[in-house]
Amino acid sequence: MANKNSVKDVVKESYKYGFVTDIETEKISKGLNEDIIRLISTKKGEPEYLLNFRLNAFKKWQQMKEPNWAELGYEEINYQDIIYYSAPKQKEKISSLDEVDPKLLETFDKLGIPLTEQKKLTNVAVDAVFDSVSIATTFREELAEHGVIFCSISEAVKNHSDLIEKYLGSVVPANDNYFAALNSAVFSDGSFVYIPKGVTCPMDLSSYFRINSGDSGQFERTLIIAEESSSVSYLEGCTAPMFDTNTLHAAVVELIALDDASIKYSTVQNWYAGNEEGLGGIFNFVTKRGKCLGNRSKISWSQVETGSAITWKYPSCLLLGEESIGEFYSVALTNNLQQADTGTKMIHIGPKTKSTIVSKGISAGNSKNSYRGLVKMGTKAIGAKNYSQCDSMLIGDQASANTLPYITSQQKNSEIEHEASTCRISEDQLFYLQSRGIEFEEAVSMMVSGFCRDVFNQLPMEFAAEADKLLALKLEGSVG
Amino acid sequence: MQIKMTKSNPILEVNNIFASTDDMPILKGVSITVFPGEIHAIMGRNGCGKSTLSKIIAGHPSYNINEGEINFLGKNVNSLAPEERAQSGIFLGFQYPIEIPGVSNLEFLRVSTNARRKFLKKEELDTFDFEDLVKEKLELVKMDSAFLSRSVNQGFSGGEKKRNEILQMALLEPKIAILDETDSGLDIDALRIVASGIKKIANNKTGIILITHYQRLLDEIEPDYVHVMSDGQIIKTGGSDLALELEKNGYEWTDNFVKEK
Repeated sequence: MANKNSVKDVVKESYKYGFVTDIETEKISKGLNEDIIRLISTKKGEPEYLLNFRLNAFKKWQQMKEPNWAELGYEEINYQDIIYYSAPKQKEKISSLDEVDPKLLETFDKLGIPLTEQKKLTNVAVDAVFDSVSIATTFREELAEHGVIFCSISEAVKNHSDLIEKYLGSVVPANDNYFAALNSAVFSDGSFVYIPKGVTCPMDLSSYFRINSGDSGQFERTLIIAEESSSVSYLEGCTAPMFDTNTLHAAVVELIALDDASIKYSTVQNWYAGNEEGLGGIFNFVTKRGKCLGNRSKISWSQVETGSAITWKYPSCLLLGEESIGEFYSVALTNNLQQADTGTKMIHIGPKTKSTIVSKGISAGNSKNSYRGLVKMGTKAIGAKNYSQCDSMLIGDQASANTLPYITSQQKNSEIEHEASTCRISEDQLFYLQSRGIEFEEAVSMMVSGFCRDVFNQLPMEFAAEADKLLALKLEGSVG
Repeated sequence: MQIKMTKSNPILEVNNIFASTDDMPILKGVSITVFPGEIHAIMGRNGCGKSTLSKIIAGHPSYNINEGEINFLGKNVNSLAPEERAQSGIFLGFQYPIEIPGVSNLEFLRVSTNARRKFLKKEELDTFDFEDLVKEKLELVKMDSAFLSRSVNQGFSGGEKKRNEILQMALLEPKIAILDETDSGLDIDALRIVASGIKKIANNKTGIILITHYQRLLDEIEPDYVHVMSDGQIIKTGGSDLALELEKNGYEWTDNFVKEK
């Protein structure tokens, strides 16, 4: 009757990043074997230690099995049907942005990430990654004045090989898990950040990952090193075109924080999620881990996961240094037939280490949203503390939510606190807001952002506004 | 019985409404007409259909109107969404105001006030201008501005929730306000504050319907008309003295009216 809307209509999603850039690309043939790995390494002109790192990872990967413990169901991935290297064709060496194909610049412009000198974002340095390669990094000179290195990982291999050799794979070993091993064998590009001792990075750094081609996987690799008493805030965004087929994305991110250093890593993940029937979308299998190596170091993950057909992702902290701090703030929204199995691992090794977990899962449509988290107190974690809060919100009556906490403690003198809740947006709440003149869609999105408030407060300001808008957009649909 | 001379058009006309929820009939032919400046009271036992009537006027989706019509300012609103009714000036004060975790009261009040202002073609208010307005209205219900930064109704006491409802009424400046048991759960001081707030907001252009069980609210706000409801119908209408008689004789007394009917 009077209320023509239903929650179902409102959660219909629209995706405005689904376009494809028509650009000539250089692709290698499909499939995965040693020759392909050698080819990737040669194309990137890599030193031998890196080729060995890849080959070693590939051997391990061949002996491993794809994990099946997650609350996810999907058709088997044919790893021989994927292209492992795809790059837009452009001049060998690009010295300035003027030489970047205008089509690429236009693509990032359309995504809201202008790169050119006149238009670039004023307070954020951006590394733009298109399929397998980084095409541009802004503000490099300004950052260099502070000793900050911000470039693509391929470039870091060439110019900062000592740091790569020392730290690559030191947080996520090549054989850590199936997808990390695959990434270690074939990773193409990604970002590299180095903050020297005592430096507070003068601006936020950000990487924007764009998958363009439908048949290539994206395997980016990010490495961030914060030396003693330094700090950095890093943002990551991702989108992809709409294809009917699934595209594999298996990334590895490694963070290292030394004494008194702090790294804040924020993600807004909006890969294409597939259509309403669940056709297409990105398979997002990501390993993200930070090592609080030094005393009083701090690593904080915040993520807003709204895209991908499948999300398998557990940004984690290894808390080694005394009094080091790990944080995980997450919003995961699933709709239609999306599936997410995401959470974190807080491994307390050092004494007086602290961790905080705040996870907000929102499931709409027929989607499945699971929080999976591990809190572990090691034998030396005297006086360590953890606080976890996992809340789920269900929209409609077809969606499901799970909370799967794993807690182990080998240290009596440590505290673990876990709270969990599940709620549903009730008709009464909606009616209350509507009876105050607030439109149905706005009422839903107000309640959803209210639910996510604790996490949004942790995001850098411009990201928080974007995340709020993104959730509203995801929940937007045909009304009436 | 007191008769007011009114030349203007009615604000609200409820014409012979039959309504049900889950196929269970609740309202069985209710009519009520409210002219500008009038205060009506609807009384009756629990379950007689008082609250349903208020929800139906506000457009609650769980009820179906099977027959009859609701006209607001001369226009049939049967098929309007609740937000459209609210924007055009229908206000329902909830018996049990709903908690909305995470949504700040200030933001909620601002969005809702702006929705009404937009309808009235008035300029929408930014956060700063709105804060000035809301602080002025807080005075009416003697609320502390600390309420603004809390989540909507969350952790509010019964009295605070009701005051928050009247605050919303003050901000939205409705043409008609239906206040569903606004007096329940209030101590005598809170009742006086709420009643004085309502009186200050009411004027000769607005209509008010008070739904209540008790005389005590009507001691504070004298109604022009009192309607007694029973089993989904209005069985008797009178002046403010009718409420006093009810108070004296109890609802059993009204059972005779049903028989008369």
